[in-house]
This record gives sequence, structure tokens and C-alpha cells, in this order.
Amino acid sequence: MILPSISRSVLRQHSKAAARYATNIHASRTMSTSSSPWSQFEMAPTDPIVGLNEIYNKDDFPSKVIVGVGAYRDDLGKPYVLPCVREAEQILMDKNLDMEYTGIAGEPKFVDLALKFVYGEDSVPIQENRVHGVQALSGTGGLRVFGELMAKHGHKHIYVPNPTWGNHIPIFTNSGLEVRKYRYYDAESSDLDFTNMMKDIKDIPKGSLILMHACAHNPTGMDPTMEQWKEMSETIKKQGLVPFFDCAYQGFASGDPVKDASSVRMFVEDGHLISMVQSFSKNFGLYGQRIGALSVVGADEDEAKRVVSQMKMVIRPMYSNPPRQGARIVTTILEDPRLTQDFLDQCRGMADRINLMRTLLQDKLAEAGSTKNWDHITKQIGMFAYSGLNKDQVMEMREKHHVYCTADGRISMAGVTSGNVDYIANAIHDVSK
Amino acid sequence: MKSHQSALTIILLSCVLTTTAFSATASSTEASTNIWRDVPPGPPDAILGIAQAFRECTAENKVNVCVGAYRDEKGQPWVLPSVRSAEEIMLSSENKEYLPIEGDSAFVNKALRFAYGANAPLDRIAGVQTLSGTGACRIGGEFLSQFYSSKNILVPDPTWGNHHKIFKECGLTVGTYRYYDRSTNRLDLQGMLEDLRNAPDGSTILLHACAHNPTGCDPTDEQWDQLLDVIRQKQHLIFFDSAYQGFASGDAEADAKALRRVMDAGYPMLLAQSFAKNFGLYGERCGTLSVVCHDAAQKDILMSQLKCIVRPMYSSPPKHGSSIVRTVLSDEKLTQQYYQECASMADRIQTMRQRLVQALQDAGSSHDWSHISEQIGMFAFTGMSAEMCDTLTDQYNIFLTRDGRISIAGLNDDNLGYVAKAIHSVTDGKSITSN
Repeated sequence: MILPSISRSVLRQHSKAAARYATNIHASRTMSTSSSPWSQFEMAPTDPIVGLNEIYNKDDFPSKVIVGVGAYRDDLGKPYVLPCVREAEQILMDKNLDMEYTGIAGEPKFVDLALKFVYGEDSVPIQENRVHGVQALSGTGGLRVFGELMAKHGHKHIYVPNPTWGNHIPIFTNSGLEVRKYRYYDAESSDLDFTNMMKDIKDIPKGSLILMHACAHNPTGMDPTMEQWKEMSETIKKQGLVPFFDCAYQGFASGDPVKDASSVRMFVEDGHLISMVQSFSKNFGLYGQRIGALSVVGADEDEAKRVVSQMKMVIRPMYSNPPRQGARIVTTILEDPRLTQDFLDQCRGMADRINLMRTLLQDKLAEAGSTKNWDHITKQIGMFAYSGLNKDQVMEMREKHHVYCTADGRISMAGVTSGNVDYIANAIHDVSK
Repeated sequence: MKSHQSALTIILLSCVLTTTAFSATASSTEASTNIWRDVPPGPPDAILGIAQAFRECTAENKVNVCVGAYRDEKGQPWVLPSVRSAEEIMLSSENKEYLPIEGDSAFVNKALRFAYGANAPLDRIAGVQTLSGTGACRIGGEFLSQFYSSKNILVPDPTWGNHHKIFKECGLTVGTYRYYDRSTNRLDLQGMLEDLRNAPDGSTILLHACAHNPTGCDPTDEQWDQLLDVIRQKQHLIFFDSAYQGFASGDAEADAKALRRVMDAGYPMLLAQSFAKNFGLYGERCGTLSVVCHDAAQKDILMSQLKCIVRPMYSSPPKHGSSIVRTVLSDEKLTQQYYQECASMADRIQTMRQRLVQALQDAGSSHDWSHISEQIGMFAFTGMSAEMCDTLTDQYNIFLTRDGRISIAGLNDDNLGYVAKAIHSVTDGKSITSN
């Protein structure tokens, strides 16, 4: 049932035909509620990830389980607001701040703290004041601004790993970039397809954008080792490619934000002028606030600032300026050492629970009698387990066991609890034996 | 300070320049260093750039009458008490989960009823939560660009500057229709009707639901009769931008009269709705975009298409602002309180508007400032020329947009006399109308 993401050209073809028909109808009718401009439209496909919630909500099976969207749940399956976030909110209430517009680029203090969080305060470009950026609408918003920015500046395509987060494709397509893929994951062995990845990277034309997941690759959970990252860095430099990082899980992958930023920091140290989008949805649990950052490392301060000024040109006709609450929460936490420590502890707590669930799930699969190799579940990192289940198996799991994951077999480990892990393991075993 | 003038001139000129493409191809193993080299600086935004200039100005007597944000009688931003109360409630009741792509449906329903009326046929109105008015215009524009038969959108001359940028980004062909007669400082109805007649059939017509920005000049009921006649004949599609409901007259129902009239008459329409001003939620980016459909089935289809536009742009909207509006409008007491607070903002602005005209006369001005008395909403469209505005900024540290638009919300007891005298001195003996 996975619905392909519809490319803009296909949409346009359809809508052109529909529009021609609509125009003809339109011209021959007088104004009435029946001469609607919208009568020829067809239902668009539901988003494969978010649409899962809708299907799940319609199911009234009492033991139904959803392991779809990448949002953390506690061991009772409940959403979790980090205590440091609650405390920050109370602090903000007490400050009685106004709700004036922030700048197009967002809260400068937030951007500064966000960039230091990922690049590291002692990063050379940070010290040299040549890393600049904007507050973004979480990861998606940052990606879209970046895509439009690059499309306006001569880029025609961007390379993403295969597979990648589904929404990457329509984001960049709608930005005006053609999405191309480099091999990344070997489904057969449930492992990184490093050799073929390097082959494909060597074929990427000079000057092309290459997107990489900074850590906890979504959906596979398979990250390169530091040695592999090193080889990628050298090759990308030799190829003259433009490296762009999508960093959505810093702190959430291993539990250690510094460790999770290793790949990014290595590239910066190797002299790449990287660009990056950060999301604070997962690590700070601020999903609904839409808080993130988009940044560039410039050759010098002026250059980075010029790029930021161009980002603002993209933002103003899109949403004018970003929402304040999420930025204020993150700022309140990261500018206070004690709150920052609380955050680190609570973020690690989330990562630890997920890793515990990985181990538990693998054990339970063995207990259930599965003879398949499920090592990849504990080898993978981050919120997701790329189970290896195929589309039919996923559908069977939905229909027969009311366990919902996305059609690519991606399981959100955050949705696994000690209460449902047995049930899930049995369901997976049943459809895959 | 000449720098204002030259900076602002550059702003205006630069706004029409497209950014130059720079070579993304590397020439050597030193490739990495050349990525951003040729990126030119982007020009500052016309309105927000002036706000920035105000912030940077160190003069003690500086006055900010450029950005359309409400200020109280002390010149301070004002967070509505009902909004604060809602936030208190939310502290313990709200989680931080993703909203659905289309936003908080309880909020959207409240918002649509606020605009369309308590008995609005929500079953056939496709509405999504957006990032305030800008976001709503962008989603609406993208929707039209992808799915509507005409790629023409006509906006009033003048209009909010960002309208042009937004719709151009959507790939629409943006034209204008005459709206304001600068020789009389009144609505140019004949010009408007003519331009609507001359536009290709089925064009999208952007209309300000009330309190036109920047002129404050709205059509009367009779003028609406004539406008709708032409729109019907030409089968144009109406796209309302509603940023001041409740804030214009102080009466939210009255401010929605024009858009409800259009809806009730059965015209297909789009509506961009902002809660930035009327709820004071500027920085939390809260609004909706809605499309009035033929029936529920069509609504479902349009919702699916709107979601396809939202998901690759920002996935789902930010929830703080919408939760505030939903919380207020779901509580009877808070709702009553809110309506009073909104009316009080409108009242203060109304009072300052009348006092400004009086103060201009007191300062000795012999100009006919009646257009200012008659205008509606947050702004006074004075009729001053760009040069006069520059002088106001350079010599008097009064920051306004160069089209002569003053945000009345920025006026108070402390600065009214000063501003009136300054306006008098730059306009004395000169014309405040043009052809």
C-alpha cells in the first residue's frame, strides 16, 4: 500500500489536464455553487509516515500498537515532555516576555547556541565567526529553505542516500532540485553498503550537493564508522562535492551529543565548508514547536553572512519569521549550565531506554522461536529499526496483529515498551517465519 | 542622516533584482573553499529593514510608526491578559507532540467559525493551520499555482509588499488592479472595476477582508455590490486576506461582513487568516488558509492536496499560538474577555487616529486630512511622498515606510504632538495628493 511520492512534474501533468478541462467547463457556466473550480481534482496520496497515524486511529482493536512516527514514548507508551523543558517554560512564564515578531532569521541567541551545540564551541570556524545560520521550522523547514536557496543559486540536483527519510524527496523536488540517489544500505545483509556507496560517490559530478545523515540514519539506523566517515570525507573533497548534513538526532542516537556530532565535526576539521540543518524535535522533545536551525560554514565571516542574507530572502515569502516559543525554550536550557546538564541526562535517558528496547526485542524474537538473524536490530542506532520486513509482511502485521509500522518495515523503537515488546516480537515472528 | 535614504533606495531597487546564480562547480581539489564565494548579499526587507534601522537608531526622540504591531499608551508591546491566562492553563495541559500536517483541527474549526460565522458550513470548507498570514498566502498561492486553471493573480495597488514576493515565489503571474486614488486619497472604484473587467476571465483577485493594508480604505457596501457584479460576470476567484478581524472596528462580526457576504452568496473563495494582530500573537505565527468547496467530498480531496503542499515545506505547523487561540475560544469566560481586550486595542487606535488629525490641525496644517479620519485599521495612509518620509526619518527620527504609511498603534500621548508637528513641517505648502 505504499504510495509513491508524486513528483512535481507528474502533478503538473495531471493538473494541466485537469485545468484544461476545468477551464472549458468554467467558461460555459454561470456563477453558482456547482461551477466549482475544484471539481476535477483527485484525492492526493496520504503521507506514508504521517498517514499511518490516521489509519491506526481508525482501528478499534484493543491491543493495537503503533511503531510508526519517530516520536519518543516512555515505557508506558506515553508522550514525554522533558522536565527541563517544563522548567524552562515556567521560567519563561515568569519572565513575562512579549510576543513580538522575531527577525526573519529568528532569535540570534538561539541560533548561536544551536550552532555551538553541534559544531562545538571550540570549533575553529566557530571561533573565527564564520559559521552562521537561521532559525528554521525544525528539520523539514530548514531543508526546504536550503533546497530553495540552492536551486536559486545554480544547483539542479541533490544526492541523497538510498534509502533516506521519505520526505526528503518531495522537499527537494518542490524546491526545484532533482533528487538523485547514491547506494547506502544493503537490504540483503541488513548492513551498510559501503563499497557501493563509495563507488557511487565517486561518480557524482563535481560541485553536486550530497546530503548525509549526521548520525542515526533514518530509516536504516546504520551509520558509517569513523574510518568510513574519514574515507567519505576524503573522497568528497577530491570529488569537489558540496556536503550537506541533516542532523535530527544529536544526543538522541548514542546518548552523547558530542559523540553524535563526530561526523560533522570531522568534516569541518577536514576543511569542508559544510552546510547543515538541525532539528530539536527529538532530542529536546519539541516536536510540535517546529524548532531547528540551518547553517553554513563560510570561507570567512562575510561570506557566511551573505549566505544567511540569501536564506532570509527565501524565508520572508514563505512564512516571514519563525515561531518563538521553541527557540526560547532551547535558549533557556542551553544558556543555563544546570538546565543543560538536566537536558543531557534526560536525553541520554531516552536514548538508553531505546537501546534497552532494542536488546529486549531481539531477545523476544529469539524467544518467540525466530531463527532469522536479528542482529541488525541491536547494531542499528537511533530511533528506528529497519526490520527487513517486506511490504506484504508489514501489511499482514497490520491486518492480522494490528501492529502498525511504515511499509518499508521501519519500526520506531520509541514506540516499543516493556508492556508491548512481547506482542510485537510475536507479530514480527509470525509474519516473517 | 543620508544613510537612511540611500539604504532605503537600495532596498527598493534591490527588491526587483534577482539573485545572481553563482557557479557551483569546483575547479580543483580546493573546491570546498569556493562554494559560497560568489553569493551576493540579499537586500534587507523594506518593512522589516526599517524596523531594524529603528532599533539601531540611538536618538532619544525616535518614534516607531512602521511595523504594524500594536503598542499600548506607553508605547509598549501588549500581551493580551486572556492570552496569558491561556498560556497558564497550557503549562500543565499541553504536550509537545507533532500536530497533524493540517494542524490542530479544534483550533482550525474555532478559527473558521471566527471568520465565517458561528453557523459556517465547516463540512465543506477545507482549512489548514498555517504560519500566520504569510504562511496562509504562501500555501494558498502554491495551491492555486498547482491546481487552479488561471495562473494570474491580481493584487490591489497598493498592497502589503510581501504579497508580491509570496505569489511570485508560487509561480503565479502577479498583476495589480487600481485600488487607491492618490489624487483624492480615496478608493478608486472606477479604476478598480475597469481593471477587474479587463483581467482574463477566472483570474484570482486578492482582496483585503477589512482594514486594507496600507491604505485603511475599504469599499462601502454599495461599492461591494458593484465589485461583486463584475467578479461574477468575469468568474474571477476571490482570495481574501484577513489580518485585522476584530482589530479594525473593534467588532469581530462587523469586520467579517464582506467575506461572509461573499461566502453566503455562493462564490468559491480562499481565505488567508492571521491571528498576529487581533490576538497579539505576532511571533507565534498563527493563522489558517481555507478554501470554500462545493461539498464534503470535495473538501476531503482539497484537504489531501493542501497537506501535500504543507508536508514538504515544514511538515506540520507550530502549536503554541494555535493552542492559545483554541484555549481562549473554547472557554466562554476567556472568549468574552478576549473580545473586550481586542476591542480596547481597536478603540485606542481609533482615538489616536482622531487625535492625530486634530493635532495636525493644531500644529497649523491647512491640509485636508479627512482621509485619515475615515480610514480603518492600524494604519494611516497619509499621502506623504517618499521624500517627505525620508525627511521625517532623517531629521526627526520618525520611522515609517516610504509609502507614507504610519502605524497609528505606535502613537501615544508622549509622541503625538511631536509627530504631528513633524508631519506638518514636511508637508506644509506641499501636496499630499498625486496623480
